[in-house]
Order: sequence, then structure tokens, then C-alpha cells
Amino acid sequence: MAFGPFLLLALMEGLVAASVLALTASGLSLVFGVMRVVNVAHGAFFMLGAVAAWFVTQWVPGPAAVGFVAALVLAPVVVAGIAAIADRLVLKRLGYDPEATIVATIGLLYILEQAALGLYGPDARPVAAPFDWRIQLPWFGYSGYKLFVVAAAAAVLGALWLVMTRSRAGLVMRATQVDRQTAQAFGIDVDRVYAGVFALGAGLAAVAAVLVVPIQQAHYLMGGDPLLMSFIVVIIGGLGSLRGTLAAALIIGLSDGVISMFFTPTLAKILATLAVAMVLVFRPQGLFGARP
Amino acid sequence: MKSLALHLSVLAVLCALQFVLPSYHVTNVARIMVLAVFAMGYNIAFGYTGLLSLGHALFFAAGIYGAGLPVHLLEWTSGPAFLTGLVAGGVAAALVGLLALRTAGVSFMIVTLMFAQAGYLSILYFGRWTGGDEGFPMGAVGRQVLGYDLSGETPRYLTALGLFAVALVVNLVLVRSKLGRVMVAMRENEDRARMLGYDPFRVKLAALAISGLYAGAAGAGYAMLFGYVGATFGGIQYSILPMLYVLVGGAGTVLGPLIGAAGMFYLIEAASEVTEAYLMLVGVILIVGVVFAPKGLLGALRKVWPWLP
Amino acid sequence: MTKGLFTPQPGRRAVLGGLGAGLIAGGLPRGAWAQSAPIKLGFQLHRTGIGAGYGRWYERTAQAALKVVNDMGGINGRPVEIVFEDDGTDPKRGAEVVEKLASQAGCDAIFGPLFSHVVIGSAPRAGELKVPYLVCSEGYHVASGMLNRWTLQPGITDVRAQVTSMAPWVMANLGKKVTMVFPDYAFGYDHRDFFTEAVKAQGGEVIAQIAIPPTETSFTRYLPQIPAETEVLYHVMVGPAVLTFVKELGEFYGTGARPQIFGFIDSLEAVDIASPGLEFLEGTHFWEAHNRVKQADAGADEVFYRAAVGVDDNGASISDAADVSTYSHMFSCWETLFTIKAGMEASGYAGPADRQKFVEAIEAMTAMPASQANPQGAKMFNGKTHQVFGHQFISKVEGGKLMRVHQTTMEDGMYPDAVDYSTMTF
Repeated sequence: MAFGPFLLLALMEGLVAASVLALTASGLSLVFGVMRVVNVAHGAFFMLGAVAAWFVTQWVPGPAAVGFVAALVLAPVVVAGIAAIADRLVLKRLGYDPEATIVATIGLLYILEQAALGLYGPDARPVAAPFDWRIQLPWFGYSGYKLFVVAAAAAVLGALWLVMTRSRAGLVMRATQVDRQTAQAFGIDVDRVYAGVFALGAGLAAVAAVLVVPIQQAHYLMGGDPLLMSFIVVIIGGLGSLRGTLAAALIIGLSDGVISMFFTPTLAKILATLAVAMVLVFRPQGLFGARP
Repeated sequence: MKSLALHLSVLAVLCALQFVLPSYHVTNVARIMVLAVFAMGYNIAFGYTGLLSLGHALFFAAGIYGAGLPVHLLEWTSGPAFLTGLVAGGVAAALVGLLALRTAGVSFMIVTLMFAQAGYLSILYFGRWTGGDEGFPMGAVGRQVLGYDLSGETPRYLTALGLFAVALVVNLVLVRSKLGRVMVAMRENEDRARMLGYDPFRVKLAALAISGLYAGAAGAGYAMLFGYVGATFGGIQYSILPMLYVLVGGAGTVLGPLIGAAGMFYLIEAASEVTEAYLMLVGVILIVGVVFAPKGLLGALRKVWPWLP
Repeated sequence: MTKGLFTPQPGRRAVLGGLGAGLIAGGLPRGAWAQSAPIKLGFQLHRTGIGAGYGRWYERTAQAALKVVNDMGGINGRPVEIVFEDDGTDPKRGAEVVEKLASQAGCDAIFGPLFSHVVIGSAPRAGELKVPYLVCSEGYHVASGMLNRWTLQPGITDVRAQVTSMAPWVMANLGKKVTMVFPDYAFGYDHRDFFTEAVKAQGGEVIAQIAIPPTETSFTRYLPQIPAETEVLYHVMVGPAVLTFVKELGEFYGTGARPQIFGFIDSLEAVDIASPGLEFLEGTHFWEAHNRVKQADAGADEVFYRAAVGVDDNGASISDAADVSTYSHMFSCWETLFTIKAGMEASGYAGPADRQKFVEAIEAMTAMPASQANPQGAKMFNGKTHQVFGHQFISKVEGGKLMRVHQTTMEDGMYPDAVDYSTMTF
């Protein structure tokens, strides 16, 4: 295949990866930004979204599209619910102490992975895409569903943006992020905000997982990579900046595809990893973060 | 004095254990001691100096491969191999520190994580020499110490104990020394420490380098004592493991890492006796444990005994 | 397996399986049976971690074989127990599990692990503890000489033999110009190196080698690297993403021209070939070690094996047709257990002091005919390299089912010895 189409294919693939990454990372960005805690179980919430999607599509009868829509609605709600419970039962008791939260979320990760292994099993299982549409470009065929993923992720992120900037809930979240004590002084129930943010963060990861599961499969260990990538994206983008998270996700998602065209995959990963490190070494606040 | 007595008695107990415990547990305790050395190194960076690193797997792997590769490729003996591993860990930490210490907090966390990931991928990339993901068994020539073969139970245990004892004593001395106190000052309030004339960058770099030496020693020790060198030791879980041990045992305490390493190991052992789904039980206990002892086991104990270093 | 999450494990240590039935069927005098101390075998199981999908079926097969062995009267008149321990598919934990099984549980021998890096991480400990370690791994690491004299692989052929034996048929029937797609780690390199060598020997050529990181979840961007003049696309992908690989391959080529496709069933173990999105595989060929679909000429041993393990004619669980087995790998557990029985009986094994004699007895084994003990087929054991050789199969996907089209000879897969463990000390 000629270079041009090759590059186009790499970019399209990178865009799909970036969309899913942006959605997952936005959840982590909220949690990290507002609550200032490291949630090691964020990838597990992603995995639960995929696993829940599989269960929903198994139980909902009818064409694949019906099951998929049901999963898109139900899975994030279920995962958000689990996250809210975890927040209330555990994180609140710890007073959101950063170090203790790390240990607690590691414990949570073990529990969620083992639960998935027990209830869902060790195999990777597919979920049918809601529609089967193959786009034929002059140089290669491409899955129409993947383009839908990009559009859906953009829509959800757009909705998130609107909520954060235009709604009262968003205002409350941003206020709590800027200064927790002052927010409390203004009568904001910070604990409820935290529970809501934690749930929302998990729910966003779950939405990303439901969108991606017809492309990949649901597997009980699938949360590891999304966790790592989300953290990188959030910090490169700049703590507390949703815009930065989106920009970083786009850059990382697209460049990953392009770099791997020129180098062997492992070498490409090494270079990309070092590039991320160097960005932070020379700009520790990330792309859009506030200078410390 | 009290604390010195405590630490010496810990060493005495560890020495006595090898005669009391069944051989399965003797090897386990040897393993725990080596991992505790790794965790002690992490504690120096994290618990005492406040550097939350997610890249310590790189220093551990540097120690393992630093000892393993010369034995595997060049048939070196244990002494030079160990020293190479030790130094490799320290050098890796210093090099990473030179770059990473330009950042702080979460950025530091990610930068160290990225360097560790790059290191892990490099082990895979240069698989022709490193054995890649499969790894290789450690040659017998590198596992002889003072004429004893480290694959034997008693030499292995005593070498592990020796390594642990040295690491413990150095840690105690460090913590009491001026450098140690400045490290804590950096963690508590960096600006004030700087105003008192201490250079944060140099102090943190020293802490990280010492931490790397510990990790390198632990890695080299692990390769020589347990006979396997593999890329898995450079993976993320080996950055998370020392952090978990330190947090569970008590960050900023000298014996915390040992308690954490032993605690986590036996928690998994005990849980797997009860159920096949032992990770779930471990997770529950971790959560319950951290709710009741957020500063770790020894951290909680320190409230009762404030003299605990 | 739908075990409850918190099922207490009274039976984990003592799996006597079917002892009662054995008594009635075998008619052994109750007194003699009850007095014999059991033979304890340790099983290093990938119950969690990346190998869990295989581990599940390995456990079932080992349990099934255990029941048959005990029904036959055990080993040397003693009942057999298997102690299963989870190694999390991790080399460090694997070494600890070997320790636990040998030192604490007092097992006479240990078998079962599959993943190469776990085997290599654990085998040194088995060698130090001087406990026979029979791996079910299909890795070339045993025969390459990397391990020790206590490690054996008598139950499954290795990657080198599998790959080498494929070349003649592929060259003769599919094409001479091959593009290989394989995982970018040791298992993949074995495929790359040995197949390239074997293809050259048959007058063919590997024109492109595309290595894919094992953690990759999306493959579309690698597919354009397949040269247009490729006649045969050879794929062996592992990990949870294999279904994606095949689907994206299908999307990429669509209904247009495509090369012949030859894959290793490793890509699709535990996956139903008739899954949606895999229609693209119709008409393509696969290597199988043991035909998943019951073939027309299946003998009594095959039928017996399937019934014992609980697998239907399509290779799925009898109780759940969606639960497809890892049919080309799990037979290793069955055959290894029977080899352990044969070795212990040949050496008159009475206890751990006889472990060395036991290993020597296995080293002395040569031809293993097809039988109830070897349902996958006849084997030939090489006592010097500690590796067994056997037949490989090539199947074609017809109507969503794998139908055998070729069986290789054992010679097709043989290669020069790289080591002679039997001259090494214990």
C-alpha cells in the first residue's frame, strides 16, 4: 500500500484509539482533579463496563443494536453505582488521604478483578457490534462501527463539557476542585460531590469500554493498559484540565499509530514512552496545567 | 538504645527462624528478606523523602540483569556480579533522578513510571541477550559464595539474612544521620528546608540514588539466590509491590518494609488456603486494614511507641 | 467451571475422585486400598492471570485423567491425589508454588504449567529441590537445553516440531511466498525462526515477518504491511485480542482477493470458530495438535477421552456448548499423568527416594503407541532431550467446523538434538 493511504489508515486507527482513551481519561481527570486521589482501580471500572455490556447483550433479546443500546445505558449506571458504594464505604472513611487511597484502591482492584473472573470467567468474549457496515475506501476497507465510536465518544465528551461548564452540578464540581474548604464554606456538601465525581469518573470509563468492546473483546484483565494510558494522558494534559486531557489523548492516540509505521512496534513504544517522560521533564505541569 | 535493641532482636529472631521453621517457610522468609531490602530502598525515597516513585522496577531489574547478564554471557562469579548489580541499580536511579527530579508530585510519578516502562520494553527489545520475556536461569557459577552453593537452603538463608542485616543497619544509620533528617525535612516542608540552606535537588538525588542501590542489591541478590532472571521483574507490578509493602508496613519506619513484605506474602498464602478466589479476600483485608491503620501497621504502632524509627 | 467465589476448599488437597466407583468397578479389597498411602502429585495451575483460560481446561482434564487412573487401581496399587496450586501465570509465584508443592505438600512429582516464562522461572527451583517437573508447555525451552535434568515434557510436542512439520504441506498446497504475523516475544520468535528455516528447506520463502506486541488490541494498522505478492498468510496470535485480529483481517480484505491463510489454532483456542465475525475463516486452514471436532475415523480411545473430560463432538463442554475447550493443549495433562503412572510403575516408585529412578525410567521410554493413555496419538519420546514427538494435524474450516485434511509423520517435525540431559548429573 502506498504511503499516503497507509498514513490515512494509521491516522484513522489512531483517532479511534484516541477517542476511547479520551473518554476513559476524562473520567480519571475528574477524579484526580477534583478529589486529588490516585484511583488504581480506574482500569477495573473500565473492565467492568465491558463485562457488564457482555451480560446485558446476553440477556436482552432481539437484534444486536437493541442489546447494545441497553448496554450503553445500563453498564455505566451499574459501574457508577459500584464506584459510589466504594467511595462511601471506603474512601470517605479514609478521609481521601492520598497514600491510604492507593492501598485501598489496590484492594478494590483485586476484588473487582477476582469478581469478574468468578462471574464472567477467564476467556475473552466478543460482543456483537450494533450494526455491520463496511466502508470501502479506494485503498482499503474499514469498519463503519469504528467511525461511530469516534462520533459517540465526541458526543459524550461534548455533553460532559456542557455539564461541567454550564450546569450547576458542573459548577459545584469545579468549585470543589479549586478549593475544597471554600466550597464547603459556601454550603456545598463536599462528600456528596466526591461520591458523585467518583461515580461519574467510573461511569465515563464504562461508557468508553462499552463503545470499544465490539472492537476488542471483554476480558477480565483488560483494564491494565487503559489505567496506565489514562494516567499518562491526564498528567501530560495537565491536572485539572479536561481540555488538556482531550488534547493529550488526541496527540498520544494519533502519534502512537504514526510512530509505529516507521519503527518496529517495541521500539516505537520505547520511543513514545521516553517522549512522554521528556515532555514532563521539561514541562512538569503538562500541556494545559497551571504552572506550579 | 531502645530502637537499636529492637532491631538487633529482629535480626536475632530472623536468624533463629531458620532452625525452627519447616524448609518451605525457610525459603519463603529468605525471599521475604530480599524483597524487604527492595522495599527498604523504596521507603528511603518514598517514606522518608516523600518521593512517590512508580519506577523502582527499573532499579530492581537493573540489579537482576546487572548480576545476571555477566554470569550468563561472561561466566562471572558471584562477587563481581553482585557488585555490578548493586552499582547498576544505583546508577540507574541517579540517571533517572537527574531528569525526573526536575518534576515533583504526580509528574514525578509518571516520569519515573515512563522510564521504568522504557526499561522493561528495552529488556524485551534486546531479547537476544536478555532472554526477553522468557528470561534465563542463573548459571551455577554465579551462585557460589565462599565456597557454598546458594541453591542450598542454609547458604541461601544466611546470605539473604546477611544482605538484610547490612541493609537494615545502613538504613538505621542513615535515618539518624544528618542526611536522613534533611530527607525528612524535605518531605515535610521543602521550602523551609531550602531556606535553611539545603539544596532540595541534591538531597532528593542522594535519596533516590541510595534507594537505587538498595533496589540493585535486592535484585542482584534475588537473581543469585533464586536462580531466575526475567523481564517480568521489570514490569509495573514490581514498582507497585514495594510501594504496597511500605504502605502496609508503615511508610517512614525502618522495619515497616519487612513487616509489609512478610504480611503481604503470608496474607496471600493464608487466603489461598481458604479459597480459590484468594485475591478477593486479600483485597478485602487490604481495604479493612487500611481503614483501621491508614499509616500502615508500624505507623499505627508508632502512635503507641513514638520512639520507633 | 462455576465454582462459588468463597467455596471453602476441603477437597483441594485430597482429590480422590471416583474412589467409590473405582472400588465397586475394580473390585479391589477394601482393606488393601485403605492401607496404602496415596501418591501425591502437585499441579502447578494457571488458575488466574493471563493463562487462566487454559488453566481451567487443564484442571478439568487432569481431574478426568485422575479419575481414570484411580479407577484402574492407582499407581503401584496406591491411590493418587492431585494437589492444585495457582501460580497466577507468574514466574516468581511459580517458583514459590513449586516450593510449596514439593516441600510443604510433600508431592512426589509436579506437573502442569504451560506458559514459557513461568516454566523457565520455576524449573530451576524444581531442579534444586530435586523433584520431577513434567511440564505441559509446548515450549522449545526443554529440548533447547536451557533447563535441568529434572524437567521433562513427555505429554505434548514442542513449538519447533509443530512449526517445522507444517512447512512441507503448506509449501505443497498453499503457496511458496509466505508472510508471517506473530507475537513480538519468545513464543512468536520460535514460530518465526523455525518456520522460516523449514520453508527455505522446502524451496519456499518468507517474504515478510510482521511482529505484533502481545498486548496489542487493534491490528488494522499492521495489515497494510502484508506484501501484495503474498501467497500464504501465516498467523499465530495469542492473548485475548485474537478474535479482533481475525475480524479485522476479514474487514481489511473484505470479499476481494486475499492470500491463502494458514493459522495456528492457538489463535482460537477456547473460541468458537462459528462466532460472528469469523466467517472470514471459512475455507482457511489451521494447525491443530488434537482435532477439536470429532472426525469421522475417531476411535474408541478418542470417544472415551471426550466423555471422561466432558467435551462434546464439537470440542465444547457437554454442559455448556458456548464453553469451547483448549483442545489442542489440554490433552497434555492427561497424557502426562499416564506417563507418570508408567514411569512410577516401571521404576517401582515407592517414595521420594526413588525420584531419580523415576526420571531415569521416563528417559528410557521411546515409542508410546496411541491408546487410552495417549488419545492424541502415537508418540516417540527422546530421552536425551526430554521432549516427546508426535503427529500434527492440518484442518480446514468447512461450514464453520474444523475438518482434518492432513496428518504429519513424526519425522516431519524432528530436528537434531541440542542437548543430552541424560549425561548430566541430577
